[in-house]
Amino acid sequence: MTLFAWLSSILVAVIVLTVTAFGLWWERKLAGRMQSRLGPTIVGPIGLFQPIADLLKLVQKEPIIPQRADRALFWLAPPLTTLFALLVAALVPFGPKLAPANIDVGVPLIIALGGLALIPVWMAGWASHNKYALLGAMRAVAQSVSYGVPLVLTALVPVILAGSMNLNSIVAWQHRHHWLVVWPVFLGLPAFILFILAMLAEANRIPFDIPEAESELVAGVSTEYTGMHFGFIYLAEYVHTLVGSAVASTLFLGGWDGPFGPSVLWMVLKTCLLFSVLYWLRWSLVRLRADQLMALAWKWLVPAGLALVLLAAVWTQTPWGR
Amino acid sequence: MEATPAWRKLPYRRLELYEPEGDLMTLQLGPQHPSTHGVLRIKLHLDGERIVKAVPFPGYLHRAVEKLCEQLTYVQIAPIVDKNDYVAPMTSEQAIILAIEKLLKVEVPRRARWLRSALAELQRVASHLLWLGTMTLDLGGALGGGGSVFVYTMRERELVLDLFEGLTGSRFHYNTHTVGGNRHDVPAGWAKDMHAALDLIEKRIPEYETLTQNNRLFVERMRGIGVLEPELALELGVTGPNLRASGVDHDLRRDAPFHAYDEVATNVITAKAGDCLARTQVRVAEMKESVRLARAFIDGLPEGPLVSGKPIKLPGQFKVNSGQVYAALESARGELGTFLVAGAGTSPYRLKIRPPSYHAISALPYLLPGHTVSDTVAILGSLDPIMGEVDR
Repeated sequence: MTLFAWLSSILVAVIVLTVTAFGLWWERKLAGRMQSRLGPTIVGPIGLFQPIADLLKLVQKEPIIPQRADRALFWLAPPLTTLFALLVAALVPFGPKLAPANIDVGVPLIIALGGLALIPVWMAGWASHNKYALLGAMRAVAQSVSYGVPLVLTALVPVILAGSMNLNSIVAWQHRHHWLVVWPVFLGLPAFILFILAMLAEANRIPFDIPEAESELVAGVSTEYTGMHFGFIYLAEYVHTLVGSAVASTLFLGGWDGPFGPSVLWMVLKTCLLFSVLYWLRWSLVRLRADQLMALAWKWLVPAGLALVLLAAVWTQTPWGR
Repeated sequence: MEATPAWRKLPYRRLELYEPEGDLMTLQLGPQHPSTHGVLRIKLHLDGERIVKAVPFPGYLHRAVEKLCEQLTYVQIAPIVDKNDYVAPMTSEQAIILAIEKLLKVEVPRRARWLRSALAELQRVASHLLWLGTMTLDLGGALGGGGSVFVYTMRERELVLDLFEGLTGSRFHYNTHTVGGNRHDVPAGWAKDMHAALDLIEKRIPEYETLTQNNRLFVERMRGIGVLEPELALELGVTGPNLRASGVDHDLRRDAPFHAYDEVATNVITAKAGDCLARTQVRVAEMKESVRLARAFIDGLPEGPLVSGKPIKLPGQFKVNSGQVYAALESARGELGTFLVAGAGTSPYRLKIRPPSYHAISALPYLLPGHTVSDTVAILGSLDPIMGEVDR
């Protein structure tokens, strides 16, 4: 690996973590306004340093390990959740030349890494020696496996249309033609919505946050975690959502492509907009039940995803889609 | 779903004899748990996520209120018991004062009876608002859509608490009822404030309906869940909105009028299904009805004295040597009754409170089996138990 690759990877990690931190602030502000509250106001101007205060608080807390927990796995799981969530970020292109890892199997790798993020969750649930954590982890596995399928299927639609698995090429194709949600709209828009749904489920966000489900399972997998270990699991969820929004914007909203100005700006703008919409959803919906979630995935999303893949394949053979 | 589970075939009363078989996981839900509405422990026997047997254990909030009341004089009891049902202290207080007045044969002036009815209706609105918020909190989580509805309903409940504060000087534990009347008369301009607050609440109730019973996700979680058959409900003594949601047309405000309910007719709201969704619909509709009733009672508030007889100066002012009474009213949760046996002198010999919540959670062992852990919180929440009232 060249020095440039190393540096840009570190840079991306730092940027993603910083954006996530302020995404946290933004979410709390947004949620506050939606709930006729003010959100954070005390720390810094308009509460801007609240995430830093939160982080400091988490770091100060005592890390407690339950007596009968599996110590090694218990320690290892939370940092791994964050790590796997961050790995995906390295693959997202922020400009024509601004992709830390510009590889030809980008799309499958992103899906694979997203699936990998499940393993530390299961580790955490199993190692905690807590029934709530175990139930949460079991739900997470079932959910992630189910929603992995529509995620792959819908990600295949841009791959088929653009004829490449390289994320940068997919964006370049959208730059040459149209953004996928714009045209072909009957393929791009449903695929985009399905992708967002599946991505939400993979990131365990409301209405698909049943592995966490704090009103039922106390806190799911993070029940026994304290301090920064809890922080890692929490952070992973946010990074996952943020990176997921970035991937969705790359695949369907034209990524770094914009009418004027620097490409990074457009990428960040689209990601943040999508991120906000996801939070809007989060703060207005209640969660589904585990079995309803599975029913939704297998009865609706998977058949719809299959149909979309088929349609996309047919469309590329028509004179308009060529 | 599956075939009739084994526990359903047993007579209702023999449920405790049912021993689940197979490789089951036992989950102690509570007493410290985000959704047990206080400190209730439910022992769940789980097959995967499906509940095979559920045993609720109340008693974690027991404060020996009934025993304490035996040491107090009749005048001193009311402020103690309004901490029982801490979500609806107003009706809690009224229930005890009704029994004491009945025992001591004290006449209540008409103005006080009308004011009490208005306060009871306002309290019902506040209590149902809080219930709707916590219900969606149970479904949607504190950090999600449920949290939003909760904040909205708390905002409107605040309006009612402000009204109570304007009337009694305290926001929660009012101590506004005394033997033979009410302590605090309606201050100037209070009726106008009340109308303004109720207008706002009435305008916002459709918004809650959009967020809850007209919301697809909410309906999917609530429909067909925790069906309480009317026969079972009657056998267990379940009352209030839980009973009315099962299709039993029973409301003490109409069937055994207390306060001034014999002068203003109450529309009793019922639903057929008996599931969580029906309980939601009944409570939301009851909120609208309570808004109407509260307006009617305040608009028609008759002139006259607020307290009958001499003002109360001494704790031992009322003496009675024998007799026993039962008085009940319809609180936000159902029939809140008080059984009072007079002792020699100024204190009761025995005081027994019949809390509607206690009877509501006694339905849990019948409602929970067959559902999943997720449904547990939905069913428990929809029954609207207040643990302070259950344990006393």
